Amino acid sequence: MTEFTPILSLIGGAIIGLSAIILLFFKGRIAGISGILNDSMTRQRQEILWRWLFILGIALGPLIGLYFGSELPEALDLSWVELIIGAFLVGFGANLGNGCTSGHGICGVGRLSIRSISATVVFMSVAIFVVAILP
Amino acid sequence: MQKYFKLFIALSSGTLFGLGLMISQMVDPAKVISFLDVFGDWDPSMALVMIGALIVFGSGFWLLLKNKTHSFFGKAINICQSSELTPKLYIGSAIFGIGWGITGICPGPAIANVSSGDIKIYVFILVMILGMKTSEWVKKRV
Repeated sequence: MTEFTPILSLIGGAIIGLSAIILLFFKGRIAGISGILNDSMTRQRQEILWRWLFILGIALGPLIGLYFGSELPEALDLSWVELIIGAFLVGFGANLGNGCTSGHGICGVGRLSIRSISATVVFMSVAIFVVAILP
Repeated sequence: MQKYFKLFIALSSGTLFGLGLMISQMVDPAKVISFLDVFGDWDPSMALVMIGALIVFGSGFWLLLKNKTHSFFGKAINICQSSELTPKLYIGSAIFGIGWGITGICPGPAIANVSSGDIKIYVFILVMILGMKTSEWVKKRV
């Protein structure tokens, strides 16, 4: 059991929402991480750079977070088998389903897209089920 | 000049995204698993991440962008307009849900964790990309 952190989670969530609205307003793009990551390796050169910078930003953001007293988890508490199977399914599923927690869960649900609401209900329910049955 | 500003926007937006993931603690798989554990020791914090993000993104979208077809710099806004509920959408989302439930890690937090130096996160990202490429390969053949 982890500690309930309503204020920090709400503030962090609001910052994520702000990031997504900035990207859509200035760049006309949805902040869907799985899609941006996948397209960063497939599109033509002039379409790649902003994606790499966006991804670099996600990696750099937490370094700023250190100044606010936030921390990254020290070590992942996952076996290699769980890690590799889980990571493969995350990548495969996000690509096949056209989005993940960010693109569907935040941007899509925020625009009331029926596809994204359906996707979010499915992946949330399945993930809750998996956590309930795993030891 | 505009080109550099756009790239700066991409970097800043990404940085805010990573900062938000860290402050909200969505970078911590233990928090995510506790959120998904609704039948056990439930920690609803991650629901508040979604609520916070939805309040800001939702109000920004409906107030500023709903009727816009082009971004601030005149590029067409690239949003999927389809409302078609396909088997791919459901199957893909269900598979994603299994992986997310096993690990507590989704693509954003995976990238946000790279500065932790934990070898496991690099393996996670590589295998996740392999999963994406496998799906691309499958989509071309089905």
